[in-house]
Parts: sequence; C-alpha cells; structure tokens
Amino acid sequence: MLNRKKAPAIKDAVNMSLQLPPYVAFTLNNGVPVYTVQAGSQEVLQVELLFFAGLWYEQQELLSATTNFLLKNGTKTKTAFQLNEQVEYYGAYLSRGCFNDVSNITLHCLNKHLPHLLPVVSEIVTESVFPEDELVIYKNNQLQRLDINLKKCEFVGNRLIDEYVYGRNHPYGRYSTAEAFQNIQREQLVDFYQSHYVNGNCIILVSGKLPADLEQQLNLSLGHLPLQGNRPDIKPIATAPLVEKKHRVSNDEQGIQGAIRIARPFPTRHHPDFLGMQVLNNVLGGYFSSRLMNNIREDKGYTYGIHSYIQSHLHHASLHISTEAGLEVCEPAIAEIYKEMSLLCNEPVSAEELGLVRNYMMGGLLGDLDGPFQIMSRWKTYLLNNLPPDYFQQSLQTIRSITPDQLQQLAQQYLQPDSFYELVVV
Amino acid sequence: MIEFNRFVLSNGLRVLVHEDHTTPMAVVNVLYDVGARDEQPDKTGFAHLFEHLMFGGSGNIPDYDEPLQRAGGENNAYTTNDLTNYYCQLPVENMETAFWLESDRMLGLAFSKKSLEVQRKVVCEEFKEHYLNKPYGDIWHKMRELCYQVHPYRWMTIGKELSHVEKANIEDVKAFFYKHYRPINAILVVAGAVETEQVKLLAEKWFGDIPSGEQYVRDLPAEPAQTGARHLDIYADVPANALIMAWHMDARLDPGYYAAELLTEILGDGGSSRLYQALVKERKILSALEVHHFGSSDKGLLAIESRLVNGVDHATAQAALEEELEKITREPVSETELQKVKNKTESMIVFEDMSLMNRASSLAHYELLGDAHLMNTELEKYRSITADDLLRESQKIFRKENSNSLYYHIRPTQHAE
Repeated sequence: MLNRKKAPAIKDAVNMSLQLPPYVAFTLNNGVPVYTVQAGSQEVLQVELLFFAGLWYEQQELLSATTNFLLKNGTKTKTAFQLNEQVEYYGAYLSRGCFNDVSNITLHCLNKHLPHLLPVVSEIVTESVFPEDELVIYKNNQLQRLDINLKKCEFVGNRLIDEYVYGRNHPYGRYSTAEAFQNIQREQLVDFYQSHYVNGNCIILVSGKLPADLEQQLNLSLGHLPLQGNRPDIKPIATAPLVEKKHRVSNDEQGIQGAIRIARPFPTRHHPDFLGMQVLNNVLGGYFSSRLMNNIREDKGYTYGIHSYIQSHLHHASLHISTEAGLEVCEPAIAEIYKEMSLLCNEPVSAEELGLVRNYMMGGLLGDLDGPFQIMSRWKTYLLNNLPPDYFQQSLQTIRSITPDQLQQLAQQYLQPDSFYELVVV
Repeated sequence: MIEFNRFVLSNGLRVLVHEDHTTPMAVVNVLYDVGARDEQPDKTGFAHLFEHLMFGGSGNIPDYDEPLQRAGGENNAYTTNDLTNYYCQLPVENMETAFWLESDRMLGLAFSKKSLEVQRKVVCEEFKEHYLNKPYGDIWHKMRELCYQVHPYRWMTIGKELSHVEKANIEDVKAFFYKHYRPINAILVVAGAVETEQVKLLAEKWFGDIPSGEQYVRDLPAEPAQTGARHLDIYADVPANALIMAWHMDARLDPGYYAAELLTEILGDGGSSRLYQALVKERKILSALEVHHFGSSDKGLLAIESRLVNGVDHATAQAALEEELEKITREPVSETELQKVKNKTESMIVFEDMSLMNRASSLAHYELLGDAHLMNTELEKYRSITADDLLRESQKIFRKENSNSLYYHIRPTQHAE
C-alpha cells in the first residue's frame, strides 16, 4: 500500500554538480570582443550588441533612451518601414533596449537567415539618421504613454523609490518627465549616436547553435566598423540619497490599492557580502515560500504578491521590497515587513529553512542554465561587472556553505528597519 | 518535430512523455479540462480561484510548495477561459517528488477553510491590481460582454465581479473539485531527461489508484452568429481616448483559424505591419496599437486595441481603421507579405519550442484539443495558406454586422462644488 504521507527520497540539489558552460571569445578585425556560447538543439541565434550608452553616459535627460529607441527608425538609404520589413521578412526580431548602464541591439533569428540580417544590424549601427518626423511621433506617443503610466501607483512608486535611494539627478534615480521629452532635439541624438554607437565602445554576445562561419559573418558585417573594442573610462557619479525616509504619496483619489516600496542602498556585486545576501534575500522575499510571501500573502491575504530583490547596477545597488496591497491593509503590511526583518536580525534561520532555500536556489540555477540564452545572460552579468571567471563557483560555494549565524549577521547589518526608505503611493 | 509517447491509465488519465536527454531537468505538467467557460454565470471566477486553492494543501500533504522547492523545483499555474494548467520543473533526479505532489492533490484537496478565506482575499487583490486599479483595466470585461451574449466567454477568468469570489464557500469548492479535477478530465505530460518506461511505472504508482471520476460533458450554449454591429461608450478618468474593436472568428480547430492568425500578423504585428505603418506612422491617428486574437477552443475573437493621438476623435479613427481593413478584404496580399508572415510563424514556433516547459504545455494543450500530434503539423498548415484563403477569411471576419466597437472616452472634467 502506497504511503502518501511519506515524501519520496530526494537528492539534495545542493550536492548536484553544476557547471556554467564556458564561453569562447574572439576579437573582430576592429578589436571588438565577441563572446559566444554554443548550446541548444534548435537552429537559432541571439546576437546582442552591447553599447556603453545607457543613462550613465547621457548629459541630458532621456537622450540615451531616445537615441536607442530611434536607432532603427531610418537610415541614409532606408525608412523605418523598410528596415522593419527586411527584418520581419526573415521572421527575425530586432529589438533595442536602454538601461541604466548599457544599451543594446539584439537580434533573434533562425541561423539560416543570419547572412540577410547582419547587414541590417550593421546599417543601424553606422547609418541611422533620426528623421525629425520619427522624433515627433515618438515624443507625442511617449508623452501620452507617460500620462497613462502616471495614473498607476506601481509606476509612480518605482520612480520615487529610486529617486530616494540614488537621488533625482543620478543616472540610477532619474526618470522621464514631459519637459524632458519636449527638450530633446534631433541634433543631440545625432551627436550621442556618433559618440556612443558609431564610434562607441561595443561588446558582442552570441549564443545558440553557432554556425561554423560565425566569425567570418560577423567580420564581414561588423569587423570594419569604427566601433571601439575597449571599455570606456567610467567617471564616478556619487549618489545623493534623500534624508527623509518615510513618504506617503497620494496619486489617485479613487485608488483602491497602495504600491508599497521599501528600499535601502546596498553594496555592489564586488562586495564580499553580496553573495551571502542573495541567500538572505531569498529567505526574506525571494521565492514563493519566503517569509514575506508566507506571512503577508499566504497567511494574511493582504496582497497578490510580495517580493524582495537586489537591484544591482554596475556602480551602485539597492535592496528592495515591493508589493501592492489593499488600501486598508497597507500600514499593517508594512508593519509585518519590518517584523520579518527584525525576526531575521534577532533569531538565526533554522537549519531546515536554510536547507530548503539552498535546494531551491540550486535547483533554480540548474533550470536557469538550461538553454543558450540563459547561459549567456549569466556571462553577460559577469563580464559587464568584471567579475572573476570563478564567480559562478563562488556563488555555489556560498549557497552550499553559508551558516545561520552568518545570515543573522548579514541581517543585523542590512535589515535594520530604520535604514530603509519607506513609501506608499495610492 | 517533437517526439512523444502516449498511454492511458485504467482510470482514464492520459499520459504523454517527451524525452529530451540534453537537459538535466524534468517538467511535470498537469492540465485539467476546465476553464472559466465551465462556470455558472452567478459563480464566475471559480476556475481561477481554484487554481489558488490547489496550493493550499492536499489530503496527505499539508503544503505543496515547500517539498517541491526542497527538491530544487519551481512551479506555477494558469487558468484560461478554456483550461487550467499546472506545471513544475525540477532536477530530473527528484522527479518523483512532483508525481507525489500532483497525484495527492488530484486524489483530494485538504479543503481547508483558512486557505479558502485567505485565497479569496488574495484573488480580490489580484482583481484590483490587474483590472480595477489601473487605467483601461476594465476593457475586456466590457468587451467580452458586448461580443458574447450567451456563451460563457462573456466573462473573464478572474470573474465577472469581486462579489462572486468573495461569496465562494467550501461546499462550492468541493463540488467543483469532484466534478472537474478527476483523472478522466486530466492530461499529464512529463518531459525532460526521462525514459517512457520509468514514467509509466511512476504514473501507475502515484496516479493509478485515483478514482476515475465522471467524464465531464461540456454542453455550452453556442454563441449565435452576430447579425448587427454593436457599440459601447465608456467614460472614465483616463488621459487618452481608446478605440477597441473585435470580430468573431473561427475556433481553434476550425479551418479558418490559420488564416485568421496570419491576418492578425499582417495587420498588426511588428513595425512593418499594415495598421502600424498606415495609422501610427503615416496618418498619425493612433498612438498605440495591438492586434491579437483569442486562439480559444470555442469560437473566438480577433481584436484591435488602440489609443488615439490626442485630438483625434473616435469616429475618425474607426473610419481610418476600417479603410485599411477594407483593403485587405478587397485585394489579395502580395506573395512577399504572405511569405513574411509565414517566416514569422516558423520562427515563433522554433523559439517557443526551445523551452522544455513550453514543449510540455503545448503537448498537453494539443492533446486537449483532440490529438497531440497536431503540434507537429501546425507549421505545414500555415505554409499551405494562400493569398486567396486570406482574402476569403478576411471577408468573412471583417463584416460590419460582425463587428463590436468600444469607444473609451476621456471623462470630461467635472468641477467639484
């Protein structure tokens, strides 16, 4: 007779051997470094061009994001429509994104179409012209979108908490305004494009089932461009955290939920506490059975979801707790969040709970590495942060060996309730 | 080509195995043949609430998530108008843990009052977060009611109103469970570094003795063909006017489905799509545009959602939109345009199939539709579509009397006393 009360034996994920498959690197004729990960069985590729052209590098608000957005909206010889059509005809996706530190252009395609698509990538990296008409459409539509987003408590909450932690004028605390959209001029885009894309510092990441002639194909399309292969000099920009810690913002008189944001500055990935804090973060609010989820969702039903996470930029970072809760339960939810922090400061995590978190994290890593794009995504983080090649093994080692005492010490250092900014936007 | 083996347990549970020895993981996916369309009109939101309750402990196991996470796994679930799907991924060495957990909740839930009480609140917060407390959040509540008059697609999976979820009681929950969550109404897919023989043994061991249950016979009222254009106006505190239009289209297995899917792509997917180019870029009438369809088991909808550039009125936007639609019903698309959307479809399928989890849930979904082999013939069906097929299908769909329009208006400012 089957005993359903007894769990099947498991192999502790902690003991599973886990390797991050290595990358293979080469350099294009112009010195641009290419990192490749060969994995997967489908004939697909992801080609990502990383530029040091994120918010960190802009002298004027919204310049980096606008330049990035309009990269594929017209070149010397093609309209936005023609560029899109050429990509879409081959069933490919050409996306671009602008972030706090870097920006990118990413191509996803079937291998067989790569020779038709790399020339388009090359074209938008060298010959974009930023037509005035495209800029006007972009501004108008973005302004409307901003108006809509500003009605959402989550959106407003995310902006304000970053402002509190990093400062309104810091590249990590900055956010869009109608005025900044209106101030953008075409000439500024062209200048930023020339310095940060055409002649910019670039890293290329390719993952998937790599074609044998990948290097030749990349050299043919990108190897002769005036891109820079080295890293740019980084000028430090000091954060300017707000003095006042507690904030309540009324954004919508009819609002029926509040966006709760609780955050504090936190060291970057280079700090020795970072890896241990990832474990502690999981205990607090990093997975479904975390303390915050168990208490605030599964016991009290105050919210659909609550999470804690480390927002890790290249030069500064912060620790966040984020949730949306019913209007009448926002303050009780905040009290419970602090209660959970204090508990972690005052009592060591049990061996049982720590074992659960260890296994969950290891299993998650194993699943995360299942696929070429996922493997590359991890390498991207390591490469951009200049982390040592054994960083992955270091993180495994921390997950396997960190003790309840060490976690408690970390909690006492980083989870003191009064060190957090606290915000509710209704 | 996605290979799989299939067998059926004596209690009627259908089991599909997809072996992929390139991954260290296993996916265990359980699909139940029940969605929001199977709810009573006065008890909507139940299938989705139920999805939450499925994590509140089963007969022999007080907590679902903890043992799975201890085995290095993660999981989630989703409910649609057609089905409810539960999936977990874990290191293959610990696959049996998923069998243990999934089989125990199929055998019987704990039906804890506390879990019901808490999850009712959680779902209410979900309802508020996604549908009430954000601009335009109610669009699909209103649109579904406009487009469907008798078919239960007229409500959303989250439920018609908060009160239905708030009023759910433990008797309702039990009845729903024993009606729908039985082996005879379920499909189990196991994918990853597994052997079919090993899955057979485990399936027999953990699911074999669960009482079969009664086959659920779905007898939903068919939506009568729409015979006149329908229209609705909404005034709300939003910063921009929006125009939403929808037309009835074929069900997932009907012959017109594939052409409708390609039409959707031609009209609105990507920067070179027709509506985007004409109305966002050239005529600057729309500021945002999305074209999609439901892909539902019963007859679905093809929808265009758009926001209007400030200063443009709804009638102008609708006329411009219909002008473009009229073109597609009048002239066959070019070979290039047709080839483009076929190439896009091929890419989409390949990229989707990269993930083990997607392969598992797709197999379950096609099995539910009647035959898991359909998964491997999809691309051919798209490839065989001709420009004439698209012309015919567009003429069938984009008829005035088949259309539904929603004008979402900026509410005029009211001055307080």
